[in-house]
Amino acid sequence: MKKLEAIVRHFKLEDVKNALTEHGVHGMTVTEVRGFGRQKGHTEMYRGTEYTVDFVPKVKIEVVCSDDSLQTVVDTVLQAAQTGQIGDGKIFVTELQNSIRIRTGETGEEAL
Amino acid sequence: MFRHWLIALGICCLIGLTRVNTSQAQEDAAAPAATEEAPASEAEVDGESAEADGETSDTTTEENEATETEGEEAEDEGPNLGDMEPGDPGYAVAVFTRLIALEGKADDAALAGHNAWMLTSAALVLFMTVPGLAMFYGGLVRKKNVLSVLMQCMFLMGIMTVLWGLVGYSLAFGGGSPYIGNLDYLLLNGVSMSDGEAPGGSIPDLTFMVFQGMFFIITPALICGAFAERMKFSTMVVFSILWGVIVYCPLCHWVWGGGILAFGEDHAIAGGALDFAGGTVVHISSGISALVCALLIGRRLGFGTEDMRPHNLTYTALGAGMLWVGWFGFNAGSAGESNGLAANAFVVTHFSAAAGAVSWALFEWLTRGKASVLGAASGAVAGLVCITPAAGYVQPMPALVMGAAAGIICYLACSKLKAACNYDDSLDAFGVHGVGGTLGAILTGVFATTQVNPDAANGVFYDPSGGVSLLIGQVAAVIVTVVFSIVATFIILKILDATMGLRVSQEDETAGLDLSQHGEEGYIFL
Repeated sequence: MKKLEAIVRHFKLEDVKNALTEHGVHGMTVTEVRGFGRQKGHTEMYRGTEYTVDFVPKVKIEVVCSDDSLQTVVDTVLQAAQTGQIGDGKIFVTELQNSIRIRTGETGEEAL
Repeated sequence: MFRHWLIALGICCLIGLTRVNTSQAQEDAAAPAATEEAPASEAEVDGESAEADGETSDTTTEENEATETEGEEAEDEGPNLGDMEPGDPGYAVAVFTRLIALEGKADDAALAGHNAWMLTSAALVLFMTVPGLAMFYGGLVRKKNVLSVLMQCMFLMGIMTVLWGLVGYSLAFGGGSPYIGNLDYLLLNGVSMSDGEAPGGSIPDLTFMVFQGMFFIITPALICGAFAERMKFSTMVVFSILWGVIVYCPLCHWVWGGGILAFGEDHAIAGGALDFAGGTVVHISSGISALVCALLIGRRLGFGTEDMRPHNLTYTALGAGMLWVGWFGFNAGSAGESNGLAANAFVVTHFSAAAGAVSWALFEWLTRGKASVLGAASGAVAGLVCITPAAGYVQPMPALVMGAAAGIICYLACSKLKAACNYDDSLDAFGVHGVGGTLGAILTGVFATTQVNPDAANGVFYDPSGGVSLLIGQVAAVIVTVVFSIVATFIILKILDATMGLRVSQEDETAGLDLSQHGEEGYIFL
């Protein structure tokens, strides 16, 4: 099993969710996050005092999938979240040891 | 018969009008006063009986009904006109008696209007502190300190009101020397629900007292902007009490209680100053004291390095709107009556706020590329501050100029001046109220005109040579207020610093005043 953490733009969240459900992903977790990569922050001005804001707000989507479906899921997120501009975000993939459904106690891919 | 009655009514209305609008009294009263001088003065002496007649006046409209059965009340009005002919003996006396009765009715009717407006104004001014100023300031601090700001405003509504009733009103408006009021009104002694001895014109003493009390609340609340996010709550309370008694009450007495800054008084410095609604008393005093506070208490921890952006500008924008509305009570209410002067004050207040909002935002737009919400909100307040001393003396077009000037100059004070001097006037109490109030006081000496207020004088814009003395009076009042505020505030703070301490500890400041001073949090998201 693999876990994907996709950090995407706010307005792409709905597109990514729809695309993933179309490709058979039944669940995901979404978090509001702030951070920075190559996209620079911006400056804000309050009564003439300037503040540089480095951390840009983004949305983090966590999805767990089987090893076989990893490529499909990655492609789907890529396609749905891409605008081609700096600031589109990133996808991180990690190996996942286990997953357990709390209601039944099922484990592994059964629990997805 | 009916024709005679109409004539009597007409004369009576004229007398009533002259009493309602004292500012136009001279011209209008000239005609009737010549013929009706005797009964008019009689009515003043005989005010009580005129009031008592109020009830019976309804019956007088049914003029042909005999009043013999009315008993005592009818006797007050003299013989019934309906039974007489113009030639009858005592006819003139009967007419005069009727006139007096009707004049009493007219006074009552006018009082109802004035009192309604002044009580409304008092409520509007209270509305300026909480929620107006509380939200305006509350949005500007970091979220860990939002409650502390709301609490400062809320608690001052309580403590300053108590203080005003106990001693403040008497010190400010009691007679006595030109320097400070006496203790005649201690514990509101003699402040009655009718129009008595106290200043305030034709409204009940209590109305005047409570209206002025609202000013006593908001003035120290304005200072809170300077020491926000770091002052001990206990010290803030004691400071506000001392400041109210030592700084506000004397200043209020000097300007509005016939003291050394009152316009037209013989003992006034440089002829006194025009201050319609509190340019010197409220805004310069609080703004200058705010600067002293900011300097003595020092900068916030992490000033210039940490993120100190306003945590919720939506509050600030809404608070500015509430201040704008409340200011109509503040300025137009300062006319003391519901008259043309109040209308003028209302309109110029609105115009100045509008011009201020536009000019600050536009100036940012041109120099920085974007018009900000905070800029428009701050500009409106700057415009309101600037017009405050002038509201009862200037016309609407000069008010636009004053508001626009305030928007730009206060912006420069908040951005350039503050950055250059590197003081931490956290919420720009000095930048907006000190600078805007000073600008307003001086521009009052430029744009004041007797066309608006015959009791005032022309500024240099209308009377380049004669207006200079007014301008000098305005500048003198500014200097006196600034020096007095600096010295008194400095001494109060030094004493409090030595006894109670001004600042919270570093840990408390880092944790936020909400938690450390009040044991609460503003926002709990589960």
